[in-house]
Amino acid sequence: MSGVIDLSALELRDAIAAGEVSAADATRAYLDAIETMDKQILAYNETFAERAMRQAEDIDKKRSAGETPDLLAGVPVALKDNICTSFGLTSCSSKMLENFHAPYDATVVGKLASAGAIVLGKTNMDEFAMGSSTENSACQTTHNPWDTSRVPGGSSGGSAAAVAARMCAMAIGSDTGGSIRQPAAFCGCVGLKPTYGRVSRYGLVAFGSSLDQIGPLTRDVADSALMLGVLAGHDSRDSTSVDRPVPDYLASLDKPIEKLRVGLIKEFHSESLDAEIRGAVDKAAGIYRDAGAEIIEVSLPHSRVDTDETGQLSSYAVACYYLVATAEASSNLARYDGVHYGHRTAEKVGGIVELYSRSRAEGFGDEVKRRIMLGTYALSSGYYDAYYLKALKVRRLIKNDFDAAFEKCDVLLAPTAPETAFGIGEKSADPLTMYMSDIYTISANLAGIPGISIPAGLSKSGLPLAVQLLGNVFAEETLLRAARMYEKSNGATRLIPEMVT
Amino acid sequence: MGDMQDNMLPVIGLEIHVELATETKIFCRCANRFGDPPNTHTCPVCIGMPGAMPVMNQKAVEYSMKVGLALNCTVPNFTKWDRKSYYYPDLPKNYQISQYDLPLAIAGHLDIPLAGNKVKRIDITRAHLEEDAGKNVHDFPAHTGVDLNRAGIPLLEIVTEPDLRNVEEVMSFARSMHRLVRWLGVSHANMEMGQMRFEPNISLWVGDPEKVFDESAGYFTPIFEVKNLNSFRSLERTCQWVIDYHQAQIAEKGKAWSLADVGKQNWGFRDNLNACEFQRGKEEAHDYRYFPEPDLAPVVVDDAWRQKIRNELDEVGELPIARQRRYLTEWKLTEKEADALTQDIATSDLCDHSVEAGADPKRVVNLLLGRGAAIANERGCVIGKIGISDVQLPDLAKMLTKGEVNATAADKIFDIVVDSDALPAKIAESEGLLAVSDAGKITEWVDEAIAKNPQAVEDVHAGGKKQKKAFGFLTGQVMQLSRGAATPAEVQKLLQEKLGR
Ligand SMILES: [Zn+2]
Repeated sequence: MSGVIDLSALELRDAIAAGEVSAADATRAYLDAIETMDKQILAYNETFAERAMRQAEDIDKKRSAGETPDLLAGVPVALKDNICTSFGLTSCSSKMLENFHAPYDATVVGKLASAGAIVLGKTNMDEFAMGSSTENSACQTTHNPWDTSRVPGGSSGGSAAAVAARMCAMAIGSDTGGSIRQPAAFCGCVGLKPTYGRVSRYGLVAFGSSLDQIGPLTRDVADSALMLGVLAGHDSRDSTSVDRPVPDYLASLDKPIEKLRVGLIKEFHSESLDAEIRGAVDKAAGIYRDAGAEIIEVSLPHSRVDTDETGQLSSYAVACYYLVATAEASSNLARYDGVHYGHRTAEKVGGIVELYSRSRAEGFGDEVKRRIMLGTYALSSGYYDAYYLKALKVRRLIKNDFDAAFEKCDVLLAPTAPETAFGIGEKSADPLTMYMSDIYTISANLAGIPGISIPAGLSKSGLPLAVQLLGNVFAEETLLRAARMYEKSNGATRLIPEMVT
Repeated sequence: MGDMQDNMLPVIGLEIHVELATETKIFCRCANRFGDPPNTHTCPVCIGMPGAMPVMNQKAVEYSMKVGLALNCTVPNFTKWDRKSYYYPDLPKNYQISQYDLPLAIAGHLDIPLAGNKVKRIDITRAHLEEDAGKNVHDFPAHTGVDLNRAGIPLLEIVTEPDLRNVEEVMSFARSMHRLVRWLGVSHANMEMGQMRFEPNISLWVGDPEKVFDESAGYFTPIFEVKNLNSFRSLERTCQWVIDYHQAQIAEKGKAWSLADVGKQNWGFRDNLNACEFQRGKEEAHDYRYFPEPDLAPVVVDDAWRQKIRNELDEVGELPIARQRRYLTEWKLTEKEADALTQDIATSDLCDHSVEAGADPKRVVNLLLGRGAAIANERGCVIGKIGISDVQLPDLAKMLTKGEVNATAADKIFDIVVDSDALPAKIAESEGLLAVSDAGKITEWVDEAIAKNPQAVEDVHAGGKKQKKAFGFLTGQVMQLSRGAATPAEVQKLLQEKLGR
């Protein structure tokens, strides 16, 4: 049976449909992989072995009864632990929700179930999706399968590590400022953040509501297209989801785009960028040029990255993001107060205010508290105009830059992260440096556009490198086709970490 | 309560909260129902579960637009939702979805009736829509319960300019609003169920009453805001109490009792004390940290939508205050009568339609406010819905005018007609209630009464104190013999003749 877990999701689905592999065997193989691998990786907060086997047997029964298999029939998937499921826990890797059973399924969970996907478990993350290393988890520290002394990135680090370590065929993450793309880059996966409104957020525990978007983490671009096709679409329960047709992303995927116009973002391609990452971006530009694409230098002045004399990075986009996202977070997380559900202090309290403050003090980790305080401050009377309102204006300018760029280009090429996976504990003492991990991904969330991180090979030290493509709103079809063009020529997807083989 | 001194003038603004009578709540599909067991109309959205998202109830917006247009407000093209943050156990998300700077209706007015046939125009600042909070239940010995059936019921908040100058004006405005929203069918406005709640802001202007707001001519006492008044009585009592309190404070503290020195305070009305209690001062004022609700799209009201609501309003026809004016000026009714008839649209319509059918207004009004009011009281419904139709009522009124029935018979017919489809004329005939003015028939009854009551006859002849009473008794006996059908004037005339007076 070895080899089943080496199949991509698409290959596995087809093999199950053809009767070459049973869903039960595939699911058992993944559960076995989790059993052996996850002791070292610690990607899963919870697994649903029995439930998954039952689901798989149902799929096999349906197949033998001659039913036409659904899009993901028998494909084992992992869910980030901030996606609500009516089974198991939805902890957001927080002490606050350590025993929280959601009473309902997120829309994407329902869509996966209808497509026949099998849910293996819930994956670790930075608490409430706040972080870039998955170290801000109250559950455990996830290790990067390429080097277990390093972080998997974050906040969807558990999902990325599970995909990289072959502990699921594909996974779901959420991306507020780069939380799908950056861990994908660190773990050598394909990570897609769709257009804001493309995928329903109903049932995604909110962090920054105007920025959050659910998307796939997969081994290759085809799986990303496959999964997006399942997830995308209007949802009457999410007013911010957009009612427009979902194209068949897979059907057109292998058709190269003629006269593709690739924009190279000037501000993201500076001398200060890590040489190997810069090299990967240059190589990608070369691949596109060879495929007949036009490479156009574009400017996103309001997403500019500056470096001061000490080497400290700064950016309008990051500043804007940390006002908008924290403001929304301070409000979204207000509900966790120990009254209706979630962690409640065991201490004797003198009244409701003390119940609130103690429960929240005990239930939230430091980074979450830091962001709640930042956001609360930014919205406070007397500061609103100077911070929140100004951030909204900057956000508009960032979006305008992209609009101008997409007049000239079909996709934009950029690095995903400023570096490869860093060491566990390396940045935990310095939140500001940690925030800079998202310096190339954040603008896409602020502008609401889709972005994809694609593996670009390995660095000299054997860590995954990645490049990022950004597309215009709802241009996922173009984005995926362009990504596929690069993937085909570069051939760096589906690389397997040594520890897995 | 003391008389107001010449140099003092109450300056009062009113906020009125109206629960809209939509089928479902404002942001979820739970039933909007009062009185059911706690927490039976709840779902992840109105409980504020992680990941749940609001979806706007279009009907609630349309009801609000209708009120706005009826209050002569502008309904802007663009309005939006905002989050208002505060912590309270009955507010599950610890923020309320409301409207901050761009409400659904702005800048209108309502002309309220005042004693002596006067009218005063009160300006409306705005009307905005929000979600109601749940209710804390203090029925338990050791803890407080929370009932969230009310959480998420659409709540329209109507805010006046500080145009009200005495308790009479406040009460007239409150009653006019109560009548209006019921008239429009957008709220049951049952105050015992908390469906209409008042929040007055009360201050005294100390200085030239002709120059309120002119800082060189006087100053304001602190503004007292009193929340959650859910009866006319408590509103009236509160306004009077606060006005008296301000006067007492001025007497004691002089100019130190000013808005500039003390600021705005929150007070609460205590029913059992029949007085107000201090709650908090300006130092503890909430910072609500309003910001745009990222989970909901702004509401764009185009001309077609606005016109649709305007047409619906036109179909409702003349509004209560205008009808009151018409009854006073055209029908010469008393203020009390005009008020009673315009309590609700059914009663007023019944009245209008009967007059349109050719009946005399005064007759119609007497019937409705006499026997009609009594039946309505017995049946616990409004007069317009006791069961007499706008065909039956004018028929009965016309019979009275023509002398075809007398008042006693009319009341009897009224009692029958409310449970019958028959015309009053038919009932009068079948029940033998048609007026008898035929002298021959009445003479028979007169003779019979005289023969049966020798003592009374004797008393009449004896004269003196007993005479009047005895004559009345004999008249009554004749009426009884005629089963109420005899014309009283004719009876008295014949009796006098027979008794030789
Ligand atoms: Zn609900």
